Amino acid sequence: MNSEPAIRITGLENRFGAQVVHQGLDLEVRRGEIIGVVGGSGTGKSVLMRSIIGLQRPSAGRIEVLGQVIGEPCRADIDIRSRWGVLFQGGALFSTLTVAENVEVGLKEFYPQMDPRLRREIARFKVTMTGLPDAAAAKYPSELSGGMKKRAGLARALALDPELLFLDEPTAGLDPIGAAAFDHLTRELHETLGLTVFLITHDLDTLHEICDRVAVLADKQVIAVGTIPELLASDHPWIHDYFDGPRGRSALAARYPGPVAGGQEHF
Amino acid sequence: MNLASMTITCDHVLYQTEGGAVVLALTGAVTIATVSGLDRAMRQEEPAFSTLDIAAVKEIDTAGAWLVWRLARDAGAQITGASGQAERLIGAIKTCSGVAPVTPYRPAFLTYLTAQTGKVVLELAAGSMRVLDFFGAVVATAGSVLLHPRRLRFTALVRHMQLVGVDSLGIIGLMSFLVGVVIAQQGAVQLAQFGAQIYTVNLTGRIALRELGVLMTAIMVAGRSGSAFAAQLGTMKLTEEIDAMRTIGVSPMEALVLPRILATLIMMPLLGVFSALIAIVGGASISAATMGIPFFTFLSRVQEVVPMIDLWVGVVKGPMFGLIVALTGCYQGMQVEGSSEEVGKRTTMAVVQAISAVILIDAFFAVFFSEVGWI
Repeated sequence: MNSEPAIRITGLENRFGAQVVHQGLDLEVRRGEIIGVVGGSGTGKSVLMRSIIGLQRPSAGRIEVLGQVIGEPCRADIDIRSRWGVLFQGGALFSTLTVAENVEVGLKEFYPQMDPRLRREIARFKVTMTGLPDAAAAKYPSELSGGMKKRAGLARALALDPELLFLDEPTAGLDPIGAAAFDHLTRELHETLGLTVFLITHDLDTLHEICDRVAVLADKQVIAVGTIPELLASDHPWIHDYFDGPRGRSALAARYPGPVAGGQEHF
Repeated sequence: MNLASMTITCDHVLYQTEGGAVVLALTGAVTIATVSGLDRAMRQEEPAFSTLDIAAVKEIDTAGAWLVWRLARDAGAQITGASGQAERLIGAIKTCSGVAPVTPYRPAFLTYLTAQTGKVVLELAAGSMRVLDFFGAVVATAGSVLLHPRRLRFTALVRHMQLVGVDSLGIIGLMSFLVGVVIAQQGAVQLAQFGAQIYTVNLTGRIALRELGVLMTAIMVAGRSGSAFAAQLGTMKLTEEIDAMRTIGVSPMEALVLPRILATLIMMPLLGVFSALIAIVGGASISAATMGIPFFTFLSRVQEVVPMIDLWVGVVKGPMFGLIVALTGCYQGMQVEGSSEEVGKRTTMAVVQAISAVILIDAFFAVFFSEVGWI
């Protein structure tokens, strides 16, 4: 595989009127890793994701995804979209289409020459691959529960066999069992499909369980990137409050039984 | 064609080994970008083979793995030469093959037609019951508020009176003025043929007060406020605001529906009279400009030729129309369930039903008032 980073952001700046969300933000996401992005509410996690996938034009800075510069109007810009998949927070499924038809949308768009029968088969196995029951394929989004919507959204995100997967708070609103199952699914798909995953989350368990590295967003920048033990070694107060607060500690204890010593080298 | 598929393609070769076994060998990249061609070729040729050799496949993804597995399954063949990656992907997808239909059952046209007709009729019956139910709840709420006047949401009532009435004065005024202009002008052209141009005043004055003022206002209010009621209540229903209200012990009927209906009920006759007056002013303006009837002569003529009964006919219809418009809007809003798509659907239904009902009732009133001699 290519050794160049999956995502490279340099000097990103986002401002809405007088409000500056990002300033001089740098971030590099390696190929094949699961990177978790954390930050307080309003630190622009979603704005960062929207900038990367080209939904939000940054006021300054350069974003490169899979070797392609985002925001330059060229033909290749269309192609890059078939190489990533995005799972929005609420699933963002098209409400007038069934789950399987939702998955087919991307296939139809990028591979119009594909035989409808093959397209149908692909849609069907993508749906089951995300852990939905067989019968869910023909259901409309309004007939699904929140957890099922997320899985259906994931199936749509995976429709084009992307190299890069964006997940916006995938476990928010799920019960602990559902959240753990979704984490497991993410990890499994990451391993089988060799995906690079960019994951925005507030779920400390998710961070401990599946993320290779964690990027911390604060003060309009990425203030630290690293494994959780590495982050714990830093002395930024927000990072400490975040991972060392009551919730952070219990998640940590669940991950590493016994007293937690700083600086484990293997994570 | 996709860029990737132009650079790397997927080819297949069919050959026989010395032992007599038929081998299908795939080469190149078997990915989402290339599977379409391979799939099509295989569906046409339908080759029989006992071994599927994918040793020469350089690139594979889940779509490719699916096709490889399906080809092998359908031909009853063995997959050989799979790389670690290919083996992993095939292992992952082969547990995922489903048989369930992708689209819900869609019946043939005739079946659909009859089923749909039945559904519409039944829905109409059930809908009528629900409307009556809703109307009953509104009346009951109004009754209980009448007994306990302190429970009336006075602020909300005034707020909606402003939204329904005061805020729509501009648009209703403009519309009425133009309608008055059109009636007077067109009427004058026709009446001039009998030398009865002066009757333009009768025409404009009577039709504005009796019919058009209140009818056009009802249509405008249905489009402006009835739709807004449906959309507001529908959205509140979706975001569970109405459920939250109920759990706190606030009756949505009392807090949301009643103020809207009362406000429309009160404002409709006022708006209707306003609209009729502006229409007469519009008629007077065009008459002064093109027919040589001075503006104030027109107005004093109206006083002479339009009987008081015309005003009452218009005013009596006002609250009726207001009730229909507000009731339909609130009812449709409260019926929203499930998705945001429903809000749009219900809003449209509120407007369409309100306008249809208003025109229907208006036609009934026109005949009724003539029969009882209120001419």
